[in-house]
Amino acid sequence: MDIPKDRFYTKTHEWALPEGDTVLVGITDYAQDALGDVVYVELPEVGRRVEKGEAVAVVESVKTASDIYAPVAGEIVEVNLALEKTPELINQDPYGEGWIFRLKPQDMADLDALLDAGGYQAVLESEA
Amino acid sequence: MSFPLIFERSRKGRRGLKLVKAVPKAEDLIPKEHLREVPPRLPEVDELTLVRHYTGLSRRQVGVDTTFYPLGSCTMKYNPKLHEETARLFADLHPYQDPGTAQGALRLMWELGEYLKALTGMDAITLEPAAGAHGELTGILIIRAYHEDRGEGRTRRVVLVPDSAHGSNPATASMAGYQVREVPSGPDGEVDLEALKRELGPHVAAIMLTNPNTLGLFERRILEISRLAKEAGVQLYYDGANLNAVMGWARPGDMGFDVVHLNLHKTFTVPHGGGGPGSGPVGVKAHLAPYLPVPLVARGEGGFYLDFGRPKSIGRVRSFHGNFLALVRAWAYIRTLGLPGLKKAAALAVLNARYLKELLKEKGYRVPYDGPTMHEFVAQPPQGFRALDLAKGLLELGFHPPTVYFPLIVKEALMVEPTETEAKETLEAFAEAMGELLQRPKEWLENAPYSTPVRRLDELRANKHPKLTYFDEG
Repeated sequence: MDIPKDRFYTKTHEWALPEGDTVLVGITDYAQDALGDVVYVELPEVGRRVEKGEAVAVVESVKTASDIYAPVAGEIVEVNLALEKTPELINQDPYGEGWIFRLKPQDMADLDALLDAGGYQAVLESEA
Repeated sequence: MSFPLIFERSRKGRRGLKLVKAVPKAEDLIPKEHLREVPPRLPEVDELTLVRHYTGLSRRQVGVDTTFYPLGSCTMKYNPKLHEETARLFADLHPYQDPGTAQGALRLMWELGEYLKALTGMDAITLEPAAGAHGELTGILIIRAYHEDRGEGRTRRVVLVPDSAHGSNPATASMAGYQVREVPSGPDGEVDLEALKRELGPHVAAIMLTNPNTLGLFERRILEISRLAKEAGVQLYYDGANLNAVMGWARPGDMGFDVVHLNLHKTFTVPHGGGGPGSGPVGVKAHLAPYLPVPLVARGEGGFYLDFGRPKSIGRVRSFHGNFLALVRAWAYIRTLGLPGLKKAAALAVLNARYLKELLKEKGYRVPYDGPTMHEFVAQPPQGFRALDLAKGLLELGFHPPTVYFPLIVKEALMVEPTETEAKETLEAFAEAMGELLQRPKEWLENAPYSTPVRRLDELRANKHPKLTYFDEG
């Protein structure tokens, strides 16, 4: 299972990639594999302020629907509109084209509380 | 192997029956504005083609009349054929008939309501909702009306559901305009009481629970939960999907629940699957009774009547009287078994689930929340096996699969509910098949099924581009 080292992770299988004063958020390779074929993504509204752990998006697959949580508190500044037509990008390229939203954290230092690649790997092993 | 639609069998002008010309004509009886302008597109086939078509379809079906059907949380028990005969007795009734000429039907509804109230420990009931999720929506709208009536409609905006809940619970709460908050399960698979305490407060309208829960475990701290709810002014909602486990033994009303919905098509043998029709009566405690939908069946001095005079009612939720013939079947079931019979059915449902759970454990399956199983349990295949492949493989071995990938808190979940109507030998044969699947080559599993009318369907395309009618109507 692919876990890039350039970003942060949550126990709920989101990744957060810092870019300037924003972070890009998506779901991990493990998460997309567990969900199966994604058929629909409900995106948040741009400008919405969210708390850490708040459900901000929904990914629906042929198996189930799953909430996507904000990894840190902040404001939604951009969403991946491509997912409206091609939600399968989440399956095809979970760490790249399949990103879900861009968040402007209220404090970039909040990211330090998240897991690194090694920490996330350990979460997966403990869940197996 | 393709099987044509009835429309594809149609040939212009072909007839099964020659109809006598209608006298008088439709035009003489129905105002012009209500007459259709184009004739309906009905398939035109001869009688034998028609018989072969539907007989052929029925032979390609998997159902409880052909196959063990352990679909978790769906209670696919046997639907006694006697109930069909009973329902037929009412087939000529018309819902617009004067209630004075339909006293038998009203009496049946009234009696069924009394039985269901007695079984659930509730004070009042509506039989109107047409399915479980419909019952849920009705129940939550009743709770909403109650809070609004007390001036708390604007402050109580949250509904709590456990993370093991049926998906319809959060969906219902959202539909009724509530914000949904998830309460985690503890390591024993029951609601985490401390987490629940943290979520409770004057902003919460209701907690939705099913007991036993979707792991098939009885929530042993339910009295504590209901006490906490009551203290916080929160209404406790019982999702009756799993009532089969406790029917006649324990009553939601005694556990402290304020609202209950029942699935007559699960617990009370009304046939379901393939579109129903279902029936989802909603029972409430006295403080919620004023908000029940209208009309309610009531008994007065002159007989039974429909009570519309309920000013605080949330209104109608369904035309006429719900799915009436489903009510007849449920009534027949309760009358046939009586309370001792219903209790025995529940006990056997639990016994069957526990026996099958042990058999599957012997075959190499794991049961992650292995508590005192009630009517169903959630198993996991050994490492490396996918629930979906096992489900498809089961079809090849002649069984309907269990529910898969639910509840969400168990990975590769196989949710098995055998029900009380299965014989010991059937459970054993199913366990053998489950064991055999683990011995099959991976490649065989990944490509199963082989001999079913269709093999693996393109679920992705079916979801993204559903084609719901035969006719292309843009």
